[in-house]
Amino acid sequence: MKVHPATWGALAALLAAVIGLQMLQAREQPPGLPAGVSTNLLYVRSPEFLRRAALSFRALAADIYWIRTVQHYGRTKLSTDANKQYDILYPLLDLTTSLDPYFDVAYKFGSVFLAEQYPSGAGRPDQAIALLRKGVAVRPDTWELAQEIGFVYYWWLSDYDDAAMWFNRAAEMTNAPDWLRPLAAVTLAEGGNRTSSRTLWTEIARNADADWLRDQATFRLKQLDAMDGIDFIESVVERYRARTGTLPTSWADLIRAGFLRGVPPDPTGTPLRLDPSTGKVMLDPGSSLNPLPNPEHPV
Amino acid sequence: MRVIGHVAVNVFKESVRDKILYNLVVFAVLLMSVSYLIGELTAGQDVKIIKDLGLASISMFGLLIAIFIGIGLVWKEVEKRSIYTLLPKPMRRQEFLLGKYFGLVLTLVINVAVMTVAFYGVLAYMQAATPQNIRASWPAPATDPAMLKAIVLIILELLLVTAIALFFSTFSSPFLSAMMTMAVWVIGHFNEDLRNYGATISSPVAAALARGVYYVVPNFAAFDVKLQVVHAQSVPLRYLALTSLYGVTYVALVLVGAVIIFSKRDFK
Repeated sequence: MKVHPATWGALAALLAAVIGLQMLQAREQPPGLPAGVSTNLLYVRSPEFLRRAALSFRALAADIYWIRTVQHYGRTKLSTDANKQYDILYPLLDLTTSLDPYFDVAYKFGSVFLAEQYPSGAGRPDQAIALLRKGVAVRPDTWELAQEIGFVYYWWLSDYDDAAMWFNRAAEMTNAPDWLRPLAAVTLAEGGNRTSSRTLWTEIARNADADWLRDQATFRLKQLDAMDGIDFIESVVERYRARTGTLPTSWADLIRAGFLRGVPPDPTGTPLRLDPSTGKVMLDPGSSLNPLPNPEHPV
Repeated sequence: MRVIGHVAVNVFKESVRDKILYNLVVFAVLLMSVSYLIGELTAGQDVKIIKDLGLASISMFGLLIAIFIGIGLVWKEVEKRSIYTLLPKPMRRQEFLLGKYFGLVLTLVINVAVMTVAFYGVLAYMQAATPQNIRASWPAPATDPAMLKAIVLIILELLLVTAIALFFSTFSSPFLSAMMTMAVWVIGHFNEDLRNYGATISSPVAAALARGVYYVVPNFAAFDVKLQVVHAQSVPLRYLALTSLYGVTYVALVLVGAVIIFSKRDFK
């Protein structure tokens, strides 16, 4: 049967109308939710129920929950909301790894999302450890997961005894790299120091299977370089004071005295700042390396 | 055998005429668009997700075809009254029924084969487009041939679902047949719970009953090794052989049941 041209016209007009109305509707903001009400909804929280309900499509369901996890973390991290809520991050990761217990990346990246200091992350190293322990229980021979637990203890909790214990455990696992055992020894003997931090971040940068994780490691290594650089320049300032009896009032004093050839930059190329009253050297407030880890932090 | 072959070829031709193979286009578009979009949605794991999606789609598309075509195989002939012209021909009822079954099996196997080729094609492209350092972190190459083990078991699962759909369609309406086939498929995934039921209840009779049902209901969960192959976990050949034997035996059992019912059915 031949379709009347008017029918095609009606179809096109209705399609255009639907698109136009949708555009109009999109401009209308729905009324906001009361303060403190979370928009993060998770209809199913029981991993056991979901595992059964997914039938033979568990892996696919795990992928869907993993994508939701990444979206939830990314959206919350990038939001301008003063009260960022990562409240469903752990439940999402728990569901993902219950549906697919071999999902290594969900353990590894998920622990980073959870442990990262609030507001950049959930600020929950305890949950990061719980997630990784769940992974170790399923895959007792995956050294990377044990090493990640050690890392959380080391970097986020400054608990060097537990960190060393987990690095040692990781070192005993199949295919574990040689650098884990010395790292455990250094961690136990000296607590946090820049050498062990550098070892950790260098290995993360080398083994990262995602660009963002490699970027994160590269950023941390630059921060460590900046801290080394600041220490060195402060020693130069100290030598100037020892020779002249006064602190330099600016970089120009140090350059004129032949201690420096120019204004020292941080690893991003931004000039460092000198506090003439204390002789302390610091990053420029505009430097992308801010904030440096706390001096009491494990570096 | 020749009669079964003729009927089977006709069922396949009919499915082509009914545009069943259009699902292949949907599958290809789905995989290609997802492989393009996935990098934007997630942090790494693109290949794992494509593998999961590909295997799940092969299974899901196959399942839909097996159920919704399977239930209509006999019913359509009755509804169109063509059964009255077919049965007087020199053809036994079981030949007619088995021909119908193998025709749909042929359609399904061709479907799965084409989807598998498209699936490996997308994965080969992803493998070529991924830098070496990222590929090194994969538990297995993108085009890991071990995934064929999962696809073989998917085909066996589909053979069983088709047989069950055909069995119900020999005595029931299409709607009821679809519901019952779906129900058996779902229950077949809870077999493990039926086996462990005895540990949670006090009544020995109920426990024995659950255990009996566990042995009788088709164990569809056994055909699912998608998770294992995607994570490069080993699926022993012995497991594959035993599950295949179980599947083929169960198919034979259901088909014999269907033949008995169909042979006794009165079409007057």
